[in-house]
Amino acid sequence: MSLRNYLDKIRPNFEEGGKLHAFKSVFDGFDSFLYVSSETSRSGVSIHDAIDSKRIMSLVVLALVPAMLFGMYNIGYQNAAAAGKLAEAGCWGMFLYGLLALLPNILVSYIVGLGIEFAWAQWKGEEIQEGYLVSGILIPLIIPVTTPLWILVLAVAFAVIFTKEIFGGTGMNIFNVALAARAFLFFSYPSRMTGDSVWVARDSIFGLGYTLPDGFTMATPLGQIGQGVTVNASLQDMITGLIPGSVGETSVIAIAIGAAILLWTDIASWKTMLSVFLGGTVMGLLFQATGATPVQWYEHLVLGGFCFGAVFMATDPVTSARTETGKWFYGFFIGAMAIIIRVLNPGYPEGMMLAILFGNMFAPLIDYCVVQSNISKRAKRAK
Amino acid sequence: MDLFSKQNREVFSNPLNLDNPILVQVLGICSALAVTSQLKPAIVMGLAVTIITAFSNVIISLIRNTIPNRIRIIVQLVVVAALVTIVSQILKAVAYDVSVQLSVYVGLIITNCILMGRLEAFAMTNRPWPSFLDGIGNGLGYALILVTVGAVREFFGRGSLLGFKILPQRFYDAGYMDNGMMTMPAMALILLGCVIWVHRAYFYKEDKK
Repeated sequence: MSLRNYLDKIRPNFEEGGKLHAFKSVFDGFDSFLYVSSETSRSGVSIHDAIDSKRIMSLVVLALVPAMLFGMYNIGYQNAAAAGKLAEAGCWGMFLYGLLALLPNILVSYIVGLGIEFAWAQWKGEEIQEGYLVSGILIPLIIPVTTPLWILVLAVAFAVIFTKEIFGGTGMNIFNVALAARAFLFFSYPSRMTGDSVWVARDSIFGLGYTLPDGFTMATPLGQIGQGVTVNASLQDMITGLIPGSVGETSVIAIAIGAAILLWTDIASWKTMLSVFLGGTVMGLLFQATGATPVQWYEHLVLGGFCFGAVFMATDPVTSARTETGKWFYGFFIGAMAIIIRVLNPGYPEGMMLAILFGNMFAPLIDYCVVQSNISKRAKRAK
Repeated sequence: MDLFSKQNREVFSNPLNLDNPILVQVLGICSALAVTSQLKPAIVMGLAVTIITAFSNVIISLIRNTIPNRIRIIVQLVVVAALVTIVSQILKAVAYDVSVQLSVYVGLIITNCILMGRLEAFAMTNRPWPSFLDGIGNGLGYALILVTVGAVREFFGRGSLLGFKILPQRFYDAGYMDNGMMTMPAMALILLGCVIWVHRAYFYKEDKK
């Protein structure tokens, strides 16, 4: 407990009148991140969960780790495969290359995002809110690994300021912050977010990995479907995740481990998660039956960001529907919408981002309708 | 009659800042989002609205005592529509490419809330000269915001201003890219929000009691 003692020892410096009082919010932020705060509300009746939101965030980050680690391995794997040197590149070599390729993105995302949060809290004299812990790791995982860092800085700043802080900070945002960052990139710099030349890291780093020729292109399976080309990835690759794509989204297995953690700890709602897959399945079957798409319905569920979105994005407790019945509608809507966009809109090979942002927008309406129908049902019973 | 009395100067200068039609009254947002993707159409649109507001204000103010109260909106619309048609025809003759860029938004000046607002709120109860100043002031206040948003959007969205390339090629060679979202109306809404944010923080006094 020496860390606890140390924190208690330096605390007076940050109290009113202390010489570091200006940094009180920073101190409080670190303190409550490291140890559960013992402060409780002083007025009104409040119900407290056993774990606070910093602990919840940490668990979500933990659940994202398998997808992130696999993503790193896959970066190296794709690079080696593209260079045609899969046999000589060792497993660890590929992982290390991926780690080095992804690390700058993660660092930039956290430094910029947390920097803005800290500065904002300091400016407003508020406590530092912990929401960015999850967004900071989500953002590098849902964009291509080759995204230039200065673009990433812009996207993170845009997302934190315009989708979170101006709505009142963590817990008040209408749209998922990480997805807003991706949407910003998607609409601002489409040439770096879609197409067939952005998905594979192409430079060798510290002698690891291979430098690919300039004209090298490699489309994601969904991109190939969008262009009407036959997909050359096997179903097995799609599930293990050895396909090009955004960093964290490729492996269904790694995401399933994360989903298990989220469901076991009761952080994500199983209703939302299940109904997203239900919506995707129904729509996939429908399009398959009408012949609108050459893709099997189960391939739709394992390709692209569908699983990642369903597990980590749609279930975001802040932006999803909050009523239990509403979660079914919300999830189903997202799943169905994602497949509709993929199949019917030739401009967007992937629809999960837009579908979830759309779902975020309708979540309050869904909640309202559920609550109102409950009220009228009970009012009828009272007669 | 003092043409530039304190009162008249205020009628002119208030809409530029503290009573700005876009920033404070939040009128004319639709066209502000639609025509500001480049600087040139934004300037032309701002001028067109300024001229139309000023002269419709004067005309309505001249005939304000003869307009029957129950059909005043119709009379106002006729005046505005006539002026809009004139401006639209002049634009087509003089600056055809800009008028194509502005497309329906020139015609839609008729429905611009700023115009009807000024006619109803000011010209119907004031003499022609103050009405003229009020129209010019409101039009310029509107144009000011359009030009600001249009300049930012064109600069970051296309790297140019008034169609001239501002950013040198070596920026692009170094990896810089134009921001595609700046050319979309969604970004105009966000930029407009930022302008209002800054304005409220520094100028607008009503909230700070």
